[in-house]
This record gives sequence, C-alpha cells and structure tokens, in this order.
Amino acid sequence: MTDTAISTGHATPRIRIDLQQVADLVPPKSRVLDVGCGDGTLLAYLGAAKQVDGRGLELSMARVRAAVSQGLSVIQGNLESDLKDYPTGAFDYAILSQTLQATHRPRAVLEELLRIGRRAIVSFPNFGHWRVRLALLTGGRMPVTTTLADTWFDSPNIHLCTILDFVDLCRDMGVKIESGFALDGQGRQRDFSALGRRANLFSEQAVFVLTRV
Amino acid sequence: MSRGYPAYAGYDIGDTPAFRGNAGTIAKELMAPESQALPTETVLDSRLTLETPLVLQSGEALSPVTVAYQTYGALNADRSNCVLVCHALTGDQYVCGTHPVTGKPGWWDDLVGPGKVIDTDRFFVVCVNVLGGCMGSTGPKELNPATGRPWGLKFPVITIRDMVQAQAKLLNHLGVEKLFCVTGGSMGAMQVLEWASRYPERVFAAVPIAGSYRHSAQNIVFHEVGRQAIMADPEWRHGAYLEEHKVPKRGLAVARMAAHITYLSEAALHRKFGRRFQDRDAPTYGFDADFQVESYLRYQGSTFVDRFDANSYLYITRAMDYFDLAAENGGVLSNAFAGTPVRFCLISFSSDWLFPTSESRAIAHALNAVAANVSFVEIESDKGHDAFLLDEPEFHQTLQGFIDGAATIHGLPRRGVRNP
Repeated sequence: MTDTAISTGHATPRIRIDLQQVADLVPPKSRVLDVGCGDGTLLAYLGAAKQVDGRGLELSMARVRAAVSQGLSVIQGNLESDLKDYPTGAFDYAILSQTLQATHRPRAVLEELLRIGRRAIVSFPNFGHWRVRLALLTGGRMPVTTTLADTWFDSPNIHLCTILDFVDLCRDMGVKIESGFALDGQGRQRDFSALGRRANLFSEQAVFVLTRV
Repeated sequence: MSRGYPAYAGYDIGDTPAFRGNAGTIAKELMAPESQALPTETVLDSRLTLETPLVLQSGEALSPVTVAYQTYGALNADRSNCVLVCHALTGDQYVCGTHPVTGKPGWWDDLVGPGKVIDTDRFFVVCVNVLGGCMGSTGPKELNPATGRPWGLKFPVITIRDMVQAQAKLLNHLGVEKLFCVTGGSMGAMQVLEWASRYPERVFAAVPIAGSYRHSAQNIVFHEVGRQAIMADPEWRHGAYLEEHKVPKRGLAVARMAAHITYLSEAALHRKFGRRFQDRDAPTYGFDADFQVESYLRYQGSTFVDRFDANSYLYITRAMDYFDLAAENGGVLSNAFAGTPVRFCLISFSSDWLFPTSESRAIAHALNAVAANVSFVEIESDKGHDAFLLDEPEFHQTLQGFIDGAATIHGLPRRGVRNP
C-alpha cells in the first residue's frame, strides 16, 4: 500500500460511467489533480481502486466539506484564479471533467492544466452532436438535451464548443492530443476511429488526453 | 445546547447559568478596589523540568524550564498514535474532562474524549501549557531562581517557536518521535504551523484551525489595547504585583473584554442579546450595565481575572504578535513548507473576522505552491472566531473525516476499534 491511498479495506466503489471512463485512463499510483472535483467521487475511486495520490480543487464549499469529510485532500478554490499557485509538473495527470465549457478563459485553463500536469484529461459536452444541431435548426432555440440539460439562462456553460473547435484549439496551442474517445448518451465509449469523420456529429461527449509537445 | 462552556474557552454566549445568576453583581466586582492574590496553588497533574536551558528565539537562555501537560489515552506500541493539541491564548492543558480549577468541562471537551472526533480510545492525546503560561509551565509568575522572586517583567520575551521547542522536548521525554497529528485553533494553529514548518519529519498530519501564518496589524493593535489596559491599572505595579500582593484585576478584565469582542460576531451578539436590557425595562440614564450584552462582557472580564495571570497575558499576546512565518522565510510563506511530507487540513469559519478565511486561503495557496497534500475548508457559522470551540456539527464532521482518513493511511485502527 502506498503512503497516500485513501482506503484499502473497502470494496472499490462504483461510479458514474463517464467518470469510470476517465478513471480508466489513469495508471495506478500516479499523482492526480482533479480540477472541479465535486464531492470527490472520482478521487475516492482512484484512491481506492488505483492507489492514486489524488488532490482536488472545488468551487462549492459544501462539496469540499463532503470530500474532506471522506478523508480526501480537497481545497476550496476557483480554478480560474487558483491553478497558478500549483508548481509546474507537480502532477502526472490534471483532470478537468465537464467543466471547461463553464470557464471564462478555457484556453488559459488548458494551458495551466498542461503546465501543472504532465498530461491533462479533459472532457466536455460536444455542441456539434446531431441532437444539438437538430434542436437549434428545427426549434430555433438554444438546445436543451440530456447532456446539456439547462436552459440558456440557467446554464453554467458559457463557452460551449464542438469537437472540431477543440481540436483546432489544441492545434493552435501546440498541444498534442495523445488519445481521445467519444461517449454516447449512456456514457458508453465509442472510438473516434470507428466514427471517423462523423465523430463530431455522433459524439455527445468527448474525452481527450493531452500533452505538451 | 444543554450546558455552558468554560469561561476561558469562550461561552456559547447567553447560555450560561452562572452568567445569568451573577450578572447583577458583576459590575460591583469589577469596580471593587480591594485586590487579592491569585490562586497560585492549583492541582497540576504532570510536569517535566527540562535538564538543559531552553535557548529562546531572542537568543536568551531560559532556565529552569518546566512544562506542565496533560495526557489522555495511551501511547501504542509503535508510538505512532500521538495527537498533540495546542491551546489558544488563554486556554490551557486541560483539553477535556473536568477542569481542576474551574470545575467546568475542558475547552475541547466536545471534540476530545473516548469515541469523539479526537478519539482517546485510539489516540494518545497530549496538551502542553504553553511556555509563558500560568497553569504550571514556566512563565512570569513562577520564581526567578536568580532573585527568588516571581519573574515578572524580568521574564524573557518568548515566541511561538519557543513554545513549540518546549513541546518538542516534552515529546522526546514521552518517547514520541513522530506525531500522528498536531492540531489547535487560533494561537494553537500558529503552533501547528510552526510544528509543520520546523519539524516536518516529526508530523504526519497538521490541522491548523481558525489561524494564520502571521498576526495581522489589526490583531496586533487589539492585543496592544489589552496590554495597555493591564499596564494602566495601578495595581499592576510595573509587573511586580505578585510580590506586592496585588492583582491588576480591572486592567486584566478590560483586556479580556476587548479581546472577547474580537472572538464573537455582530450576528451572534445580536442573536443572543440584541439591545435587550439587563434585569430592567428601561434605561437608567447612567453607566450601570443597562444592556445584557454589557453585563455579559463584564462577566467575561470578571471571571477571567480569577484564573489568568496578567503578566502571562502580556507575554503570550506578544508571542502571537511576533509570529510571522512568511517573514521568517524570506517573505515567501511557501518556503516554510518546501518539500513538506505533512498532510494538512486548514479549517476556517465564515464569520471569523479575527482570523478570517482569507488567512487560511493564503496558507492553502502557499502549500499548493510546494505541491503539499492540503485540504482547505471554510465552515459556515455566525459564531465568529469562537466557533472553533463550540458545537459546530459541520466542523466536527469535517475534522473527523480528515483525521479518520489520515489515521487509516497512517496504519492506525479505525473508529470503534480500541487501541490494542
């Protein structure tokens, strides 16, 4: 057992399937920063199942309390102002799940993730999915789907993008996309290679592993 | 809440039978000119006199040095289950159980004890009366061997580092090489940070609560008000009141009253007292304690003087004023923790304006900068700085989660499993 595993006595907890997909990308015993970690579900899983040395950053104080009460190392803070404090290369992986689209400066956030972590795992809802496109085309209103469940005035999402937009940004930033896959509405994994050019149309969510070149 | 809290720990205000019963006489007590000697003889359980002089941060060597302390629970065979609890400015080593002087529960009785958050069934809890204190450890009211009289103002100025150094020597004596956890609130949090910074290899987990890495300008001046009140009392006698069998009661009471305000919040004072009158229906158009809140504050002052030494108050407030972990590390707080293996959990309270959340956040940022293992939580409470002493379920739950998580990683038994 490593010095930092959270718990070994309990059965490995079951987690939401999209979190599971992200967790599967993380090798055992790595150092992980989960940015926007919520109540620490992913961190708790990584600690228990993979002996990961995990830390979390979360905006909501109530969620931070929930996470710390489980014995997780989580601090309250704003990812857009607080990531700068972390030293360069402090983590093997910096994870940002379903949060990039809610940040004010997604590009700056990506840069910070890749500075702090040797790799970044980023997932986001794909605004290029056919359901989104269809809703806007036929309804003429901002789409409300299972992945994007909030109305425009309630939504925390201020910088939605499509998979193609994201790939363009990575190219522009000189960031290497090491791997990536799509998730369908049920959180099941679909290979981009199998989807080919249709990936942007048929992926509800996307998960990418990024590195600095 | 079903019972009052000990006076030195800060009451859950307005809920103290003693306060209700005595409120009418408090003003008279405070104004009474006659003074009496402090109760110097109290039952103090454990003491250690250090074999060598203590070299202080100021460079002076203090000798002899006695540390008074209390322990709860038992040290395990691995000597790996020791929790050091550091008390605040006017606290003492009687963390839980019945206090031998006041007869009230210890200042952290809610948190420390069998099956509690700091579980004495599993942990060996140590609390040391700080150097400069007045509950048995060497301080200004003890005898100066050079003169055979109480130290008074001849006592050297001590610092938080000196307090921690004395604690470290006691732990050596107790056979504790490494602490499982060091925790404390307010000035206790300063000691926790000093421990983690000075002896990182001796600390597994550190929980500074409602604290800061340095005493703010505002806090320094609040202390200065208290010190000036003491020194302005004619009974203080330039610090030599014990020899002259005097006690600067009024000065010390005013110091306590001023300080006590900083431990509370407007919201809590308003909730408990508002502008209600004390035992009357209308103002008396005089300077009697017309308001309940005045009467309460006078009570806080008057009970304090019975258990605390005025010179100790001067010395300990000074130690807090001098504390600045950033300045001691080239102005960069994170330097104090470079490469630290310690697991930290910082806890602050939303209505604490004496040690506000921003102070804990600054520590969290400094610890992030050295990639330390840190948790940081602010607890919602309207009870001000004193919240760390009170029954705040969210606080207790958070602390329990952190301690239990750390205990598992440190290989200590789970909750409910007694220390073998």
